[in-house]
Parts: sequence; C-alpha cells; structure tokens
Amino acid sequence: MPIYNYIVLAIILFCIGVIGVLTRRNAIIIFMCVELMLNSVNLLLVAFSKMHNVEFAVINPTLASDAQIFVFFIMVVAAAEVTVGLAIIVMLYRNTHSVDVNFLNRLKN
Amino acid sequence: MNNTLQLVWLIPFLPLVGFLINGLGRKHLSKALVGLIGSGVILASFLISVFVFFQVKSGNTAIITFFKFIDTDALHINFAFQIDQLSSLFLLIITGIGFLIHVYSTSYMHDEEPKNFAKFFSYLNLFVFSMLLLVMGANYIIMFIGWEGVGLCSYLLIGFWFTNNDYTDAAKKAFIMNRIGDLGFLLAVFWLLARIGTVNYADVFSAVNIAKLSATDITGITLLLFVGATGKSAQIPLYTWLPDAMAGPTPVSALIHAATMVTAGIYMIARSNILFTMAPFTQSIITIIGLATAVLAATIALKQNDIKKVLAYSTVSQLGYMFVGLGVGAYTGAVFHVMTHAFFKALLFLGAGSVIHAMGGEQDMRNMGGLKKYMSVTHLTFLLGCLAIAGMPPFAGFFSKDEILGAAFAKNPIYWIVGVLTAFMTAFYMFRLYAMTFLGKFRGTHDQEHHLHESPAAITFPLITLAVLAVIGGWINIPQVFMNNGDKLEQFLSPIFAGSYALIAKRELAPTTDYTLMAISVLGALAALIYAINKFSKYEKVTVEETGLGKVLENKWYVDELYDAIIVKPVKKLSRFLNDVVEKSGIDGFVNGVGKSVNYGSRQIRLLQSGQVGNYVLLMVIGILILFIIQLFF
Repeated sequence: MPIYNYIVLAIILFCIGVIGVLTRRNAIIIFMCVELMLNSVNLLLVAFSKMHNVEFAVINPTLASDAQIFVFFIMVVAAAEVTVGLAIIVMLYRNTHSVDVNFLNRLKN
Repeated sequence: MNNTLQLVWLIPFLPLVGFLINGLGRKHLSKALVGLIGSGVILASFLISVFVFFQVKSGNTAIITFFKFIDTDALHINFAFQIDQLSSLFLLIITGIGFLIHVYSTSYMHDEEPKNFAKFFSYLNLFVFSMLLLVMGANYIIMFIGWEGVGLCSYLLIGFWFTNNDYTDAAKKAFIMNRIGDLGFLLAVFWLLARIGTVNYADVFSAVNIAKLSATDITGITLLLFVGATGKSAQIPLYTWLPDAMAGPTPVSALIHAATMVTAGIYMIARSNILFTMAPFTQSIITIIGLATAVLAATIALKQNDIKKVLAYSTVSQLGYMFVGLGVGAYTGAVFHVMTHAFFKALLFLGAGSVIHAMGGEQDMRNMGGLKKYMSVTHLTFLLGCLAIAGMPPFAGFFSKDEILGAAFAKNPIYWIVGVLTAFMTAFYMFRLYAMTFLGKFRGTHDQEHHLHESPAAITFPLITLAVLAVIGGWINIPQVFMNNGDKLEQFLSPIFAGSYALIAKRELAPTTDYTLMAISVLGALAALIYAINKFSKYEKVTVEETGLGKVLENKWYVDELYDAIIVKPVKKLSRFLNDVVEKSGIDGFVNGVGKSVNYGSRQIRLLQSGQVGNYVLLMVIGILILFIIQLFF
C-alpha cells in the first residue's frame, strides 16, 4: 500500500485529536483525544518501519524493527500519563463534583 | 663626597615623623611633649639644612635619587632630590623660620585643649614636610606633590577652628583657588611631557631638550606655570583667598602666608628661569600682573582696620614685587626679596599675634593704641619690622626692594615709577598700622587695658631673632655701588641663573642713576612714614562712615562681590538647572520610566493567566504550528 495513505490517515487522526483537546469540555473526552494523538503517531511509526524493512535488513537487521520497539515505549508513557491524569480528575471530581475543565478558571488569580 | 649629602632624606623625614607622632598620639600626649616633638624635629631639620648649606657653598651639589616613582615605557620619573644653591637656601628659610614659629605656637596656642594642640602641631609639621618636598624635588612631579600638600595643609590650618562656619568657608576658598592654579601647573607639566618626555629639571633645562620646544611651546608652558603661581602666590586674579585666610591662627598666617607657601610660586619660576627668559611675552605678563597686584593690594591696605588684614594685603603687595623681579629678569633680586620678606613679614605677623594675645583676641586697630608702654619688646621688634618693610636702609627690605626696582628701571622706567609709588604706599600703611597700634592713647575697654602685658619668652624669643635677621639680613647682597664684591647672594646663586644671564645679560645701571633711584625711593618712603606717624599717632575713634574712594578701598574694590556675580552665581544657577532639569526630569525620569513600563507590561501579560485551561492548550498548539512552519520554510 502506498505510504501516502498511511500518512494522510495519521494526520487526520492527529488533527481530530487536537481539535478534540481544544474544543471539548469534558476532561475524560480530552484524555481520549490525547490518546488518539498518541496512537496516530504509533501508526505512523509502524508504517514507516514496514516501508523501510527491506532496505534496512541488508545494512543492519535490527534497524528495521527499531521503530516498532519505540512504539512500545510510547504506549508505556501513555499508560503512565493516563494513570496520573485520571488520578487528578478523580480528585477534581471529589472537590467540585464535575469534570468540566472550564470550572478550573479559578486558576485565574 | 656624595655620601654626606645622602642624609638629606632626613630633612623632610623628620617633620613627617613629627606629624605622625603628634597626629596619631594626639589624645595621649601632653602639651609639653607635643610642643617639644613638634619643634624639635624642625630644629633637627634646620641643623641638617645648615650642614647641607655649607656643603653646597663649598661646591658640593647633587641630585640624590631614592627610588623609581613612575616607571613605565613612556615615562620615567624618579623620587629624587636636587640639592643645589637655590634649594639649600630655601631649606634654611623654611626650617629656620618654621622652627621659630613652632616655638612661638607653643605659647600662642596654649589655650587649646591638648587634643587640638597636638592636632595643630601635627598639621604644622605636615606642612613643613610638604614644603620641603616642594623645594627639594628634582623634577616637577615631586614639586607638585609638595605643591598639593601645602595647599592641603593650608586648608587644614586656616579652618583649624572648624566650628566657625566663616573660617571653614575661608579655608574652602583658599583651597579651591589654589586648585584653579594647580590646573595650570598640571597642564604645563603635561605639555612639557608631550614635547620632551621628561620632567627632571636637569633634563628639561639642558640645551638639547630646550631646542625641541618651539616658541609657542615655551610661551604656553610658561604662561600655564605662571597661572599655577598666581594661585599659590596670590596674584591677580586668584588673590582674594589670602586676606580671608587670616581666619586661621596667627602662627599659621606667619608661616604659610608670609614666609613659605606663598613663595612656592616664586621658587617654581626661579627654578624654571631658563624657560621664562626664553619667553619675553610671559615675562611682560608677569611684570604687569605683579605690578597691578602690588598697587591694588597696597591701595586696599590703606583703609583696612583689622591688623591682620593690613598685613595680609601687604603680603600680596610684596609678592607682587617679587613677581616684578622675576618678570624683569632680576631672579636673584626676587629670591633675595623672598628671603628678606620672610624675615620681616613673619616678624610682623608674630608681633601682631603678640598684640592680639595681649588684647585678649581683639584685632581691630581702632580699639588699640598706646601699647608702646605695655609691650616694649614687641614694640621694638615690630618697629624694626616696619622699618625693614618700608625699605629704610640699612635694614633688609631696602637692599632687596632696591635691587628689584633698579632692575625694573633698567627694563622700563614706567615699571619703576609704579613700583616706587607702591613703595611709598607701603611705608604709609605700615606706619599707619604701627602708629594706630603702638602710639597715642589706648582706645580699648578698661578690662582690656588691665589685661595688657608683655608676652612670655616663647613669643618674644622668636620676635627678637627675626628682628635681628630683619636688620642684618640685607647685608648678604650689598649692591656693587656700595661695596665691591658685596653681593654674596648673587655670587652664590649664579650657577642657578647662569643659563638666563647667558641669554640676556643683566643690564647694569650707571652708579649715579642707581644712587638717584635709591635716594628717591628712600626719601619718599621716609616722607610717607613721617606723614603716617603724624596723622595716626593722635588717632581718635571716629564713628563716621567712609565715603567715596575710601569706601571703595575699604571694601577691597568690591572684587569679591565681582567674583560672586560673575563666577559664583552663574555656577550655582547652572548646577541648579542641572539638578532640576537634567537630573530630576531627565535621568530620574528615564530610570523611573523603565520601572513604570515594566509594571505596565507585566499587568498586560498577566491577563493571559485567565485560568482557562483550554486557552493554555490552544496557545500551546499555536506555538507548535509556528515552530513547524519555521522549520519547514526557513
């Protein structure tokens, strides 16, 4: 499959994620959009790794799967981040009984 | 031979030690000890100076280097002393008269607390140290160190009774006017350095280096040096500090403003005589300013009523004479007059101090009179001093003044006429002072009359010594017309002035002309003297105000007021303008403006902190987009 397709898909997914982060009010939805952005990047990495697989196998066999290993790192980071973020949201809910981010404008002063 | 002169370093060192001991130990030493140390070190310096003088007289002159003062690629200046005829003569004058004044001060200042007594003596010793540096220096820089030092000590000593604002104002005036002159001196030294690259006397005055200077160079340098001399030696236009300096104690007036500091300018010009002989334009300026100062000061002295002010203006006038001597090329005459003037002016000041002491601090002559029968020693010595300054033979003033007047006549008879008229005025006002103080009836209060007494030995001993010197001091340089080979001073100083006399030979007057000139000046002075005694010995206190010319003279020709209007007020206005406009609105405004703008900016930026998390994320995204675009396209 031409790599161009994968690139366009990743870009679309990323943009949906960005717009979601900017526009949505619910904190959990914003987290989902962040995950969406991360996953679009993962997709792109795997696609590129497959694209160059044949060339790299000649130079250095391990080089081909470097990007796929990196994807695992990104997933780990995403997991950790979600843990911390959900913990914060739970605390926020306990204090304010809502998950609306606009409520946080108390940071104003 | 040179090793005997090596100990000249002791001459200034001892007064410096005296300064340190008396200054640092002023709270611990007794008055007797302070007086002993203070006078003792000067006596020791005097004895060494006598030894040095005899060495120099037998031909042993030297330049003794101690250490390198400034040692760079372009400039080599050594801390060195030049011991020759001129400096050894001045050494004797400074240490000799200094010693007498120190002894005098032990009695005159005995009313002070021990702390201030010690402070006084330490300042006096510091002054003598600086003056010795000035005359012994082998280059202009060491001279300048001494030059500044005596200016500083003059400030310290004039404002000695610092709790009185008028006195400190007088001290500041003296120092500031001195400094204006010092600027001229420094510029001259810089000019010399720029052209020749050295400031040692031996090098500057050598024919090789003089050839490197153009005529404009020499005229400019000598004019600037003369500006320095006007500041230090109180000539027009920088003389107004000297009468105000009478605010200091009388021994200070005697030492600094009669015998030593004010003669520094003359020493400097005598030392640089070659340069001045090669600049006839400067010499005419010196002569004219000297004459003008002499006349101006003499006219003012005619109407002053404070005994010290009369003597102060007399000093300014006599200094004018010395500069006339320098201007017409009679260098020996000028130095001779320095010497005799030191004797009789110190005598007069010390005598005045004795009178003031007896009168319990009164300085106005209109309240004195008839002191002859109460203070015989003071009276006699003071009379001898007055005769000397009036130029009566055979006293000291006659020989020195006539030498200068004779040389002035040889240059231009008009100079002589003005000089002789000033001499008549000198005789008049000095004997006016004498008559008002010592003759006639006592005009003071009853209490003062009871207090009148002759002063103690510590005061009368210096008076007697100086009186003897004032009588015989002139006999070292008797002119050729009276006695063949009598001009010992001329012969002694000839190596110093040889260069100048080689360029311009001394014009000898015919003996008959000489006799006539002398006769005119002596007879005229005698007439003025007798007229003054007649007029003022029966002086009654008048309460009528002076009018007309008398008023102008009493107010010193309004010169101080003139300076105030022309210089002081504009400078004050300028400083007020700078303070209000430039400082407050300009600089302060700028600095405060920076603060205000930072404040404003931060207030605006704070609005970004809306607390809306969504806004923060939006800004982040926008930032990332911008970075992408920059990276792609630039």
